Amino acid sequence: MLSPIEIQSRLENVLLRVQKPGRYVGGELNQVIKPWNEVSTHVALVFPDIYDLGLPNLGLAILYETLNDRQDVLAERAYLPWLDMIDVMRQAQIPLYSLESKHALADFDVIGISLPYETLYTNTLEILDLAKIPLFSEERGENDPIIIAGGHATSNPEPMSAFIDAFVIGDGEGVIHDIVNVVLAQKIQGASRKDLLVSLAVLQGVYVPSLYSPTYNIDGTVAKVERLNPGIPKTIKKHITGYLPPPPTKFIVPSIEVVHNRVSVEIMRGCTRGCRFCHAGMITRPVRERKVDEIVESIQTALDNTGFEEVALLSLSSSDYSQILELVDAVSQRFAGKNLIISLPSLRIESTSVDLFEKLKGSRQGGFTLAPEAATDRMRRMINKPITEQQLLETAGAIYSRGWHTIKLYFMIGHPSETLEDVQAIADLCKAVLAVGRKIIGRRAELHAGVSTFVPKAQTPFQWVACDSVDSIKAKQKLLMKQLSGPGLKFNWTDPNVTMLESWLSRGDRRLSQVIYLAWKKGAHFDAWQDQFNFTAWREAFEETSLDSAFYTHRLRPMNEIFPWDHINAGVAKSFLKADYKMSLDGDIRADCREQCYACGILPGFLELRRENPGPGWKCPEVKAKESFDEKALIER
Amino acid sequence: MQRIRICYAKTQTLRYTSNLDVHKIWERTFRRAKLPLAYSQGYHPQPKINQACPLPLGMTSRAEIVDFWLDPDLPLDAARTAIEKCIPMGIEIQDIRLVDLCEPALQTQVVAAEFKASWLIPPQDKNDSTQILELKIEGILSDASLPRTWKKKDYDLRPYILHLEIMDSEDINQINLFFRLMAREGATGRPEELLAALGLDPFAAHIERVSLIFR
Repeated sequence: MLSPIEIQSRLENVLLRVQKPGRYVGGELNQVIKPWNEVSTHVALVFPDIYDLGLPNLGLAILYETLNDRQDVLAERAYLPWLDMIDVMRQAQIPLYSLESKHALADFDVIGISLPYETLYTNTLEILDLAKIPLFSEERGENDPIIIAGGHATSNPEPMSAFIDAFVIGDGEGVIHDIVNVVLAQKIQGASRKDLLVSLAVLQGVYVPSLYSPTYNIDGTVAKVERLNPGIPKTIKKHITGYLPPPPTKFIVPSIEVVHNRVSVEIMRGCTRGCRFCHAGMITRPVRERKVDEIVESIQTALDNTGFEEVALLSLSSSDYSQILELVDAVSQRFAGKNLIISLPSLRIESTSVDLFEKLKGSRQGGFTLAPEAATDRMRRMINKPITEQQLLETAGAIYSRGWHTIKLYFMIGHPSETLEDVQAIADLCKAVLAVGRKIIGRRAELHAGVSTFVPKAQTPFQWVACDSVDSIKAKQKLLMKQLSGPGLKFNWTDPNVTMLESWLSRGDRRLSQVIYLAWKKGAHFDAWQDQFNFTAWREAFEETSLDSAFYTHRLRPMNEIFPWDHINAGVAKSFLKADYKMSLDGDIRADCREQCYACGILPGFLELRRENPGPGWKCPEVKAKESFDEKALIER
Repeated sequence: MQRIRICYAKTQTLRYTSNLDVHKIWERTFRRAKLPLAYSQGYHPQPKINQACPLPLGMTSRAEIVDFWLDPDLPLDAARTAIEKCIPMGIEIQDIRLVDLCEPALQTQVVAAEFKASWLIPPQDKNDSTQILELKIEGILSDASLPRTWKKKDYDLRPYILHLEIMDSEDINQINLFFRLMAREGATGRPEELLAALGLDPFAAHIERVSLIFR
């Protein structure tokens, strides 16, 4: 590989020929540079999309800080260059390099790739190819880096299994150290790549796909998945951190504009609501909250370190944070009036949310976003997001009357058993909300409806259901397009073909690796970019492999089917998901599990961890001291 | 309220940061330094920062000037210490001083800028290249006009060229160009345009702004 000096000098000659060269040079405030030769383990953290999107990624920021806090490890960053730079790099034979030291990615020991969603899969191949690292795991040799991937999409790792040496299942911040320690120890011993992978496979939360082998039934479904080494676990249990470690505060401050220029603080992880379509809500359990003091202090430190003008308090459902009032009071007291924008997304549909928002001064720019997701009572019971129309209209009234002109409503079409009447109801509800606004502030009132299409995800109660067909989605979108036009109304939707792609990949098996490879070969990349999405490439890739795309998408899966991801234990038991799916069919609501434990599988799976982390930080029930506790009873409940 | 002027050099990777983004970098530097930047009035208050003359992307500079307004006032030494502790890589402060609040805006005071250009990869035959370049320079300087097109608009570059010469270089293989271009509001000569007019690839050169000339 080229040396950092050679890469640097080739770069200088090409940088002015591409847009936004600031993406490719590093040197930002708070980047960490360590002397390469004085550190034993070199980790490259990669986001497989452009710098502008990857730099603000909180997951990678957490890993960057925790790894660089160690003396024996260095972590550097790389992102996928934009198309113009990809061309230029291939022409000038510049391999993908890290922004900090300009080492070729191939020179690192470990490459950790963030995979939050499926439309980054082809980009991941592009990254490996640009880095001149063999694409397929089995083709990599002793001197190639270990390629690991983590993030929400890896709760079904199978479609990417041919390209990734080891997946991280669950929270990354604990297991990354375990991985680095194993790599370090094996490096000292001079262990072979094969032995190293076996050592990794033993770790909780690490899945090495090459050590597992599926067999298929004649109908194409999975018959069984066998481990190829008796020393590794049959099922891979996710790794979670018992308490959330201190949040990162040394955020890298980009020297160019990126999508989010801000301090991000995760106020809690997980969600107790149990919306059945929500992948994140199922796989990030249990709920673990940070303390108000810790959040406020970390914001202060991060602002001191960065000078950012914006703070985002992140979680899946901010209103559910136990001490949300205290938090908002403390944050507004400490930071109000300092020309800071403080955002608190994911608020519940109730007028107290408006109070919360209002306290965070400066936040009244733009719209106020609410996510009812469905517009009829039947659909809301189906997806387990019970809110009433009256609740929504009251909240909307509070929003419009307190200074906001625009309300954004998020809905989803394509939920199981949805009819055109359910879709019509979305339009009616939007108009009703706008009418409330008109009454209060007249023609200034605006309503933006963001209507995405439901994609059934692995590890959720809807993993059995069929995805809506393209024709049906189009009909529903056409209806909404017609209804949601006119003054004050704006309607956004998702390209049904993108929905198909996500749907194939989210519940696919490992045969899809070949489809991903062929689609990439045929030019698919930047699938998440509307203007780059290449549906034809994907269609042709399916044809060439003789796999039926509808098999992955439109099939109502039998209740007893073995799924390709069944050996991945993301914490919530399949039996619980099954029961929840049945409740959905009956229109039964499962209330917030903060009030009552429904034994989703987290507590039996992480009993010890809960015992070690008592108190209100977790929203699961307390686990009593060992001697007096009947574990069997809990598991059977 | 007080007005502070900082003269600085823009170096290293920061040359790939645009003028607008440099504005943000200064804003954040002041936040980190906990200095009370004054803000404009209105619904979207903006910090009062005023740069003298935009520097095109990719160029380094030894002559950047920027004004800040602080409210309330601070002892200059305290401000200087705080800023110097918080500047990012790529900004090298040369001078910090107080200026009169009534002084006109910086950009109205600049009339010209001086640049130095050198080659990223030095020419193979220095003598031949120098000769060709000298002829071209002579041609441009003796012509009354130099028609060019910038962003689909035709214009005349010649009146913006105030001075142009080949400079001696310490590096025996290198050729250095030195030139002064007009830099008034609405009448600014672009260095990369001049290089292109000389038949050179502006992307293959390293251009540095060496000074700003005030009226």
